[in-house]
Amino acid sequence: MNITIFNEKDRTTTTLDFDKSTVEDLLTHLNINSETVLVTRNNEILTEDELLNNDDTIEILSVVSGG
Amino acid sequence: MQCEKCNGKAVITLQHGSLCKPHFITYFEEKVFKTINKFRLIDRKDKICIAASGGKDSLTVLYLTKKYLDHYHIPSEHLFALCVDEGIANYRQHTIIDLQEFCKEHKIPLKVITSQEEFGAPLDEAYPKINKDTKKKPCNVCGVFRRYILNKYARQEGATKVITGHNLDDEAQAIMMNMFKANTTLAGRLGPISGIHEQDGFVQRVKPLYKCTEKEVRLYTLLKGFKIDYTECPYSQLGFRHKVQVMLNDFEKDFRGTKQGIIKSYLAMLPLLKQHDQQTNDSIKSCKTCQEPSNKEICNACEMKEVLAQ
Repeated sequence: MNITIFNEKDRTTTTLDFDKSTVEDLLTHLNINSETVLVTRNNEILTEDELLNNDDTIEILSVVSGG
Repeated sequence: MQCEKCNGKAVITLQHGSLCKPHFITYFEEKVFKTINKFRLIDRKDKICIAASGGKDSLTVLYLTKKYLDHYHIPSEHLFALCVDEGIANYRQHTIIDLQEFCKEHKIPLKVITSQEEFGAPLDEAYPKINKDTKKKPCNVCGVFRRYILNKYARQEGATKVITGHNLDDEAQAIMMNMFKANTTLAGRLGPISGIHEQDGFVQRVKPLYKCTEKEVRLYTLLKGFKIDYTECPYSQLGFRHKVQVMLNDFEKDFRGTKQGIIKSYLAMLPLLKQHDQQTNDSIKSCKTCQEPSNKEICNACEMKEVLAQ
């Protein structure tokens, strides 16, 4: 399935051809520690077990701010 | 995932289960109020200065302190926000705009002090000069600037407490940093109330978000719809803290509860650490140059001012 990902940290949007199914799988694939981000779809917070769908647009929001 | 309390759609999975939006907001706010009450962080007679940057932690602590005062019918005219503009290009000016809007909306007086007016230079200019002389990293310089300005202006405004937005992650990192660097003299100065004992000129710093993880704070701001710019400080990844932060988050992912474990262990040891510090560090006095509290004859801020004046 195709997923569009907006990454808040570097403000980039990428498209990914992804063959697994959950948010947890996606973060593992992107090598992102789930402790450091929140994931949303259509402004709705997704927990790690949530299933992804073809053509989803996902936002990855950084938990770490400031310095 | 379903909420453990109502079977609604969960927004977070915590150690003890998952929570939906309304139950998470209640859980989070109750946790902050309990922390304030348990550690007696706020007294009815306090004049409260909130150290605010416009980031997620400071806006959360501003909002919840105001809510706490309203809840307990404590007059909120004793509350004001103090912002230190360190002078970091493309970073602080964005968060200050959010802070100004937030304070206006919630009717909280705000005072902004710049490094330029206090130290004669913004951090972007001051750091390379100080680093050349002392090898100090930007976060060290910034920390000295911020602590100095906060204490000085909070005291000038008559504050009896400075509330900071330090969260559980910040504290766990600081505990480990002290351990790694064998900073035994500083070890007893963390905790929900900073400092060892009352001291002339030092306004006590307290941390209502002490038991809230960084992830919980970010989720809370998102669910409450706070307008926050999430630009990361350009210097943050250069510091020692960043390495410790990455390490603890890696541990937390594999061993859930690691950060809370560090805090719990620290709180159990804190009375002994404070006792040890009181016995060994009775020399906290005032800086000979500026009279601000210092454990050296000349405080770090004045040393930096001297380098900048050269």
